[in-house]
Amino acid sequence: MTEKQELDRRSFLKASIVAGGALLLGFNLPTKSRAEERFNSAADLQQNGFQPNSFLRIAKDGKVTVVVGQAEMGQGVLTSLPMIVAEELEVDWKNVGFESGPADKAFINPMLGSQITGGSSSVKAFFEPLRKSAATVREMLISAAANTWNVAPETCIAESGKVVHTTSKRSIAYGDLLEKAATLTPNANPKLKDPKNFKIIGKNMPRLDTPSKVNGTGIFGIDVRVEGMLTATILRSPVFEGKVKSFDDAAAKMVKGVRAVVPLGYGVGVVADNYWAAKKGRDALKVEWDGGKFANVSSESIYQTYAAAANNEKGLSAKKVGDVNAVKSSAAKTVEAVYFAPYLSHATMEPMNFTADVRADGCELWGGIQGQLIIQKVVAQTLSLAPEKVKVNTTLLGGGFGRRIGLDYVLDAVLLSKTIGKPVKVVWTREDDMQHDFYRPATYNKMSAGIDGSGKPVFWEHRVVNPSIMAPIAPVIFGFALPETQVDDSSVEGASTLPYDFPNLQVDWIRKDTGIPVGFWRSVGSSHTAFSTECFLDEVAFAAKKDPYEFRRSLLEKHPRHKGALELAATKAGWGKPLAKGVFQGIAVHESFGSYVAQVAEVSVGADGNVKVHRVVCAVDCGQVVNPDTVVAQMEGGIIFGLTAALYGEITIKDGRVQQRNFYDYKMLRMNETPRIEVYIVPSTEKHGGVGEPGTPPIAPAVVNAIFAATGKRIRSLPIRAEELKKA
Amino acid sequence: MTKLKVNSKQYDIDADPNTPLLWVLRDDLGLTGTKFGCGVAQCGACTVHVDGEAKRSCVTPVKAAIGKEVTTIEGLSADLTHPLQKAWITEEVPQCGYCQSGQIMSAAILLRENKKPTDKDIDEAMSGIICRCGTYNRIRSAIKLAAINGGK
Repeated sequence: MTEKQELDRRSFLKASIVAGGALLLGFNLPTKSRAEERFNSAADLQQNGFQPNSFLRIAKDGKVTVVVGQAEMGQGVLTSLPMIVAEELEVDWKNVGFESGPADKAFINPMLGSQITGGSSSVKAFFEPLRKSAATVREMLISAAANTWNVAPETCIAESGKVVHTTSKRSIAYGDLLEKAATLTPNANPKLKDPKNFKIIGKNMPRLDTPSKVNGTGIFGIDVRVEGMLTATILRSPVFEGKVKSFDDAAAKMVKGVRAVVPLGYGVGVVADNYWAAKKGRDALKVEWDGGKFANVSSESIYQTYAAAANNEKGLSAKKVGDVNAVKSSAAKTVEAVYFAPYLSHATMEPMNFTADVRADGCELWGGIQGQLIIQKVVAQTLSLAPEKVKVNTTLLGGGFGRRIGLDYVLDAVLLSKTIGKPVKVVWTREDDMQHDFYRPATYNKMSAGIDGSGKPVFWEHRVVNPSIMAPIAPVIFGFALPETQVDDSSVEGASTLPYDFPNLQVDWIRKDTGIPVGFWRSVGSSHTAFSTECFLDEVAFAAKKDPYEFRRSLLEKHPRHKGALELAATKAGWGKPLAKGVFQGIAVHESFGSYVAQVAEVSVGADGNVKVHRVVCAVDCGQVVNPDTVVAQMEGGIIFGLTAALYGEITIKDGRVQQRNFYDYKMLRMNETPRIEVYIVPSTEKHGGVGEPGTPPIAPAVVNAIFAATGKRIRSLPIRAEELKKA
Repeated sequence: MTKLKVNSKQYDIDADPNTPLLWVLRDDLGLTGTKFGCGVAQCGACTVHVDGEAKRSCVTPVKAAIGKEVTTIEGLSADLTHPLQKAWITEEVPQCGYCQSGQIMSAAILLRENKKPTDKDIDEAMSGIICRCGTYNRIRSAIKLAAINGGK
């Protein structure tokens, strides 16, 4: 895609014939970034602008290639973005293909200000730009045909990859119009299709990446093979931010196939002919570590720090309505509780890995990544190269969930390749992956709420204690620091956006950074705030002697989309109707990333305290839908992801290190534990919401609330533990 | 140098006999469809067939496969015509796709042994393979569809 780099990015629209006779179109639309809105970002971001871009290519044979700058991690972006293009371009789906784009400003996600796949934003961010782009090309093709026939463009239509003159029925295939179309001036404001005429958007289209995922041909980062490549593993400091004090590599170097042992400060890399030799060499290393400043941190010490902060520190105001303190004493009944959510690992099925070929004059990179431009910039800085000398190739991601925005595994490969002078693929073991993650932060919630004598809400107070995810990441991603005085939305989202009508509401955030690396974990803040708010609301409903569903409904008059999703889920689940003996329902609704998701869980609890989730009914209002089956799949997957965390997920820290190692002590939900899942999409013409993440937050509270219905016991600390539910 | 037969093809290999089959397949033979997930037979992403039996290649030393027939996802069918592949496509099973080679190779053994598996049969045969994307219900549907369409 060097052609693309020659395009004038400052031009609003520019079309040109490129090598191979394909029409290439790039577009730029200035937009205000989400980062700017959130953090009043640095001036340089404004100067450079945030420009959404994408590219499409039409070959002479009529095949359309949509170059996707977003990363495919299972969410279907290699299909949904091409669907948008195919719709406006009027081409048949069978003639549409995809290509993963390089790191390029052209692919900046307008909502995030960099080429980032995250925040469930791809369709939201690229829907209008891609439609416009494709519609512009469609108009150019129509004009080219009209010029050929010497007729008015208005008498021509585009359909199935050709332009048809409506009166004479003459037609010309797109592939035969490319050169002429490229001489025309693109229209910056093309006429978009009326959504009622959509043939592709809103229909279930077969995913373009599926065939390669059922015959072993799909290339993930770990599958990359480069001529002359060596493979490495790294023995990392078991303690966060610990350092190598000394090491003995004599035995490692004796292992057949080991080529080099490379000290990296934070660990020792073993580079070999293949993975197994590297692993054996690593196992033979003897390393003494300097534990550093976090060597005494433990889950208990973090909990104590959080609890003390919740009780003693004021924190920052994340949301304030009315005056909680003034009305507290007037409540007829007050409910108080502490909710706690643990650290969680992403545990993508594909462990972290990356391949780098660092040469004196440049560098090429391959792997599964969520932030190509960030990587290009950081690697260029690391190697003192110009960014354009760093070529970034995005493979399929064997799961992302926020983990692959990290740079650690990328720099591993870069540093080793630089040292060795050969291409190096670094492969993490599962244990490395689990013990050196950027974890979903453990979060402590001190909550209280008051109701009046008739059960009506008087106040809601929520004090959230956790670290900032953005603070360490913002300087790298957005080029600015999060001020100490600013609330990090990603720490409190979902709590600060509580939809229920409490006349007095106060949400405070007490920031406690602990030394444990934290990051974006599928649904980010909502992964824990849905649990704390929706379970605590259930407690308030109980105190008010109200049905949990009806209580929610009564407080959502100002939030019709929450209410609509809630009602649909309750109706489809048959809320309140008799269930099989021993089965109980729980309900929750939560908005995240612009989508409103309600879930009803049907649960039984055995005498041994074991929880069985039989059925989950999910209603999602994500606005307009591009590929409905992908929405359903993402809800299904999001529910399993959230249920796995609710039932099993817990990373614990002792002596500054993670105690869990592999799937035997960080368990995943399996086939035999999977509930039946029904997903219903609320018909909507609202703007797009995300779908990759919003399915995850409601499931933990729905299950926990069902457990209360079944047992009368409130689970206030995740994961759900059988011993707490065992019958005495 | 030893001979290893994979997908009906003989390969000369020069690996330590204790090397896990997984890494011989991936690193020596370039058959990267078989995936590394955990290294301790916990996730099933590395499942292949050795003489028609499902094996976790991450803990199977290559010496245990010498003289036997190894089949990987690449050998199931190159042209997507296996009933399981067709069913996987129809049901839109994969999300990230990383575990699916292991899922399909495990399902192939199930369907060979059991032409009409019940939900319980599927649970028993498939619960050893983790899908982090949570495609389990679609895997179940696809296995049933493949069974109807003559999966083997």
